Amino acid sequence: MAEKKISIPSFSLPPRIDQVGVEERASRFTKRSIKKETKLNGLFLTLNMIDLTTLEGKDTVGKVRQLCYKAAHLHDTYPGLPHVAAVCVYPSMVATAKKAVEGTGIKIASVATAFPSGQSSRNVKIADTKFAVQQGADEIDMVISRGKFLEGEYNFVFDEIAAVKEVCGEARLKVILETGELVTYDKVRRASDIAMYAGADFIKTSTGKVTPAATMPVTLVMLEAIRDFYYKTGKMIGMKPAGGISKSKLALHYLVMLNETLGSDWMNNQWFRFGASSLANDVLMQLEKERTGVYQGKDYFSID
Amino acid sequence: MAKAKNNTLTLKFDTARVYAPAPESKSAAKILPQYDLFINGKFEKPISKKYFNTINPATEEKLSMVADANAADVNKAVKAARNAYDKTWKNMPGKERAKYIYRIARMIQERAREFAVIETLDGGKPIRESRDFDVPTAANHFFYYAGWADKLEYAFPNRTAQSLGVAAQIIPWNFPLLMAAWKIAPALATGNTVVLKPAETTPLTALKLAEIIQEADLPPGVVNIITGAGATGAAMVNHADINKIAFTGSTAVGKIIQKAIAGTGKRATLELGGKAANIIFDDAPLDQAVEGIVNGIFFNQGHVCCAGSRLYVQESVYKEVLRKLKDRLETLIVGDPLDKNTDIGAINSKEQLANIHKYIKIGVAEGAEMYQSNAAIPTKGFFCKPTLFTNVAQSNRIAQEEIFGPVLSIQTFRTDDEVIEKANNTPFGLSAGVWTDKGSKIFNLTTKLRAGVVWANTYNQFDPTSPFGGYKESGYGREGGLHGLYPYVEL
Repeated sequence: MAEKKISIPSFSLPPRIDQVGVEERASRFTKRSIKKETKLNGLFLTLNMIDLTTLEGKDTVGKVRQLCYKAAHLHDTYPGLPHVAAVCVYPSMVATAKKAVEGTGIKIASVATAFPSGQSSRNVKIADTKFAVQQGADEIDMVISRGKFLEGEYNFVFDEIAAVKEVCGEARLKVILETGELVTYDKVRRASDIAMYAGADFIKTSTGKVTPAATMPVTLVMLEAIRDFYYKTGKMIGMKPAGGISKSKLALHYLVMLNETLGSDWMNNQWFRFGASSLANDVLMQLEKERTGVYQGKDYFSID
Repeated sequence: MAKAKNNTLTLKFDTARVYAPAPESKSAAKILPQYDLFINGKFEKPISKKYFNTINPATEEKLSMVADANAADVNKAVKAARNAYDKTWKNMPGKERAKYIYRIARMIQERAREFAVIETLDGGKPIRESRDFDVPTAANHFFYYAGWADKLEYAFPNRTAQSLGVAAQIIPWNFPLLMAAWKIAPALATGNTVVLKPAETTPLTALKLAEIIQEADLPPGVVNIITGAGATGAAMVNHADINKIAFTGSTAVGKIIQKAIAGTGKRATLELGGKAANIIFDDAPLDQAVEGIVNGIFFNQGHVCCAGSRLYVQESVYKEVLRKLKDRLETLIVGDPLDKNTDIGAINSKEQLANIHKYIKIGVAEGAEMYQSNAAIPTKGFFCKPTLFTNVAQSNRIAQEEIFGPVLSIQTFRTDDEVIEKANNTPFGLSAGVWTDKGSKIFNLTTKLRAGVVWANTYNQFDPTSPFGGYKESGYGREGGLHGLYPYVEL
């Protein structure tokens, strides 16, 4: 299969995204009525797409080990449940996490590049990434330099992503745009394009440290960017909304949006992830309700 | 890597159309096996002694039987309206009239689910649309005009508005309840009484409205609702004792009405057909524009007088827009209107479906290229897949004549002046859409397009405060807003 030659567009051309139109389209997805086997399949898929995350200054070896156990044993009393897609931690915790999920098939994602602010030198960011990769990370979640982006230094942002991709080796690169700091949909589109052309394997909305984090309209803009990129280059890019998705119903709306924007090829955890911590237990609650007919209280579902 | 043979890239949307059934329950809808004529506050048997069926176009099952009013029945209704006008309504203070109109609005809201389900059963439109658009907007029209009833002295500076008398109102089958609201609300607010005839394929929500009007204790004869077909409508138009006619329907019938009332002194408003231009410029937000195209022609199965049925795409972005449009078509679900996930419901009647098929044949015969999505359509009932025609020129019949179905004719254009000329080059003039990110272009286009309603970066937006109506053969007079009061008063 011959590699299609990709010509990089000029990032100084402003994208045209209509805010009212985007928000209307995004809200239309929430009108879909998801019932019965569609709901069940959606809930299972959601679980399998979660990147279970802990990114706190006070994370310890013990905390990470327990989270990893939860990742592989979401709710053992319900037979046949899938495990989550990945566990997401700081670089210093990668080795611990890697050992803890051995044999489960769960991936280890590490944040890097002076997460969450990205306000440091190129050398520090490269070293940060290299360390995480050496420790065994399967995926790297980097942050773009939002300051440089808002200064209009699009080539800088591009080069930085390309440099990080270079040292990722086998690890897949997720590029976090921090859409809450970019604010407008035009900027989100521009940042998405820069990231994809620079070598991202995934584009991701947020660090989870800033509000607003992921929203449906922002995700839609990014999915449409991925679609245009695919038609131009033939290359698939994954997408990860992170932060603010704690309810199953909302997760199912996201899956509707994904299915109707990119189609069935993207409907698996190779190409879509939820960056979420409390979502898993809400999904489990819904699954138990489908199975038994009643809702159980929070205490019946273990936290990590 | 999702590559098909021949290296053409495609996205797979077959599963996007398949959701587990999510039907709205029919139990909310209480439909009687037979309905009489609502005259003078009571349901009266027709003098004609005749009834006809109304069916569900999605299943072809009979829903009910409604009375067929003849000239004598029409006369009875007009007499009741005249009597109520002279004795009760004409002299009632605006504030009191407002209370009745407000009450009707509240009762529509309270029974919203029932109205939505019946509208979907009788007409074929998706429950999502009748639930989210038709019924709430109908209630809003009553709320809005209730507010005007006691403020008429402020509506027309330096003039005193006086009501006209009896209004004969004939409404179409595409938005049955909403059209009834558009007609009745301003008429009552301005102190007129009404004889209204719903379309013969969609009488049920108007009859439900009659039940509400009865329960709202509106003085008998103020609103009369009689069912029937073309002959009943003609009898209403030709009745000597009506002061005003309000008609929404086809241009052909509009012309008949116009001829019939010439020299009679009867006032009229006509809201007729359209063949709106929906214009996409190369600096448009393309993904949102495609959504606008889809809303413009597939909303309500394209049974919309202001539907964006002529698409003009600037040639430089044509390929991209077409690709996005085709992808979007693949995610439209055609099916049971009562299913909450259905995007495109049933075509309103066998006749209308035949008409649409006729135009599709014409389009193919004219050499236009037809494209339809891969959506499966039900084998029973009247259904049509969303359809695009490319390779269309201004001279094609499918670019000139109103099809009134989910069929879009697509042309390209090169310059602003060219598209303005072509958009205006039509006997119709009801609506238009303009898609561009550039503000100055919006103002340039909207001032030059000869259409009563011009939407910019959106389509099919309606509000009771916003006047709606056309130029040229799309009719005259406006409904909605302050402008909607003019046709019902003498100044």
